[in-house]
Amino acid sequence: MIRTIIINVLRFIVLVFIQVFLLKNITLYNLSTPYLYILFILLLPFETPNILLFPLAFILGLTIDAFYDTPGLHAAACVILALVRVMFINITVQKEGFDNEPEPTLSIMGFRWFFTYILVLTLFHHFFLFNLEVFNLSDIQFTLSRIVLSTLFTVFLILISGLLFYRRKERK
Amino acid sequence: MRNLLIFITKYNAFFLFLIFELSSIIIYVKYNSFQKASVINSSNEVTGRLYTQINGLYDYLSLKEVNDSLARENARLRNQQKSSFYIDTIARHKINDTVFKTQYEYIDAKVINNSTNHSYNYITINRGSKDGITVGMGVISGAGIVGKVINVTQHLANVQSMLNKDTRFSVMLANNREIGYIRWGDDLDPTKGMLMDVTNNAQPKLGEMVVTSGYSLFPQGIPVGRITNLHPKGGGISLNMEVTFSVDFSKLQYVDVVDYKFAKEQEGLEALQKKDD
Repeated sequence: MIRTIIINVLRFIVLVFIQVFLLKNITLYNLSTPYLYILFILLLPFETPNILLFPLAFILGLTIDAFYDTPGLHAAACVILALVRVMFINITVQKEGFDNEPEPTLSIMGFRWFFTYILVLTLFHHFFLFNLEVFNLSDIQFTLSRIVLSTLFTVFLILISGLLFYRRKERK
Repeated sequence: MRNLLIFITKYNAFFLFLIFELSSIIIYVKYNSFQKASVINSSNEVTGRLYTQINGLYDYLSLKEVNDSLARENARLRNQQKSSFYIDTIARHKINDTVFKTQYEYIDAKVINNSTNHSYNYITINRGSKDGITVGMGVISGAGIVGKVINVTQHLANVQSMLNKDTRFSVMLANNREIGYIRWGDDLDPTKGMLMDVTNNAQPKLGEMVVTSGYSLFPQGIPVGRITNLHPKGGGISLNMEVTFSVDFSKLQYVDVVDYKFAKEQEGLEALQKKDD
């Protein structure tokens, strides 16, 4: 329990640092911008109660907003992401049968589930993030291409980080 | 009552979602229309200090570009030594002259946070109210105009970059002095802007310089960019042109804040006129 909390706090700090000081400066052809920090919400343990999950998502979003000068924008997208996460896990995962607080990582859940999970959630997050930022339907085509390409970039980074921390023996 | 409680606990995810989503939307709508005068932005203490420290690290990576631009700036200054009225190496520079009254003063500042890849970009600089910066001052760099100060704390200031969908500045064509206004282009390209509302009588040429008109925060003749496309989409009653900015916003390091001494006077005067209308 304590270990899970420490790991998640560390993950929060490291991901915010990477996002703000490294990925913030990266854009491919004005189209593709990675938002790796959502990995924090994606990797919270399955048994995180909703009453904790939503405030965490909100706080994470506000922290990113503080550095991006966009108060509320990332917070809104993150809260939507948290809701999608709850629904997705409700549909696809049998909650009973797990012991010692499993996390939705690549090594525990296997590639197929993990890939669908991050792809769907990242798409939702980016869709709302970019549309809220632009707040205008006239350039929808441009916005959509930004969403799709950014999602690809983010999913790519998440998969890499999943492989980096891959531990075979935890696999069931 | 009990049924209601059961209902709420059963669908707690949805209600929690509603609460937090509404509060973030409220924050978003509120602080983005009020010129970002909020606690949650990068001129507040914690994020500002962090940015200053990380920026020290970035500086090493771009020493070469800074050197180049300084050398270029030096050469430019040597060319106009007699009239070098404003560029300064220390924080402030004043000229006491009985004939000429200082109209513009320049405060040098360093960029500690910058972005170019959003729809609304902002720059944070390391000078604030203590150095004489107030809201509404213009910001230029050696190469051209950069933006406008929108938020000031004691040691830091937030600048609304030229790369912001809300930014508009009065500019003119360098050769025939036809005025228009400049804004950022539509496709989020950090090198391209749009020159709008030039009269049809003007005969602009490709590659012509666009400079500030002197009607607003900036002195006349500060470069903005060069015309690269005469016929972008849109337009009608007036001419629109595509302009390539002379400032490379992604490599911005040092800027000068323009203190226009008569800004208050001009504002007051023009407000009077509006009252008469």
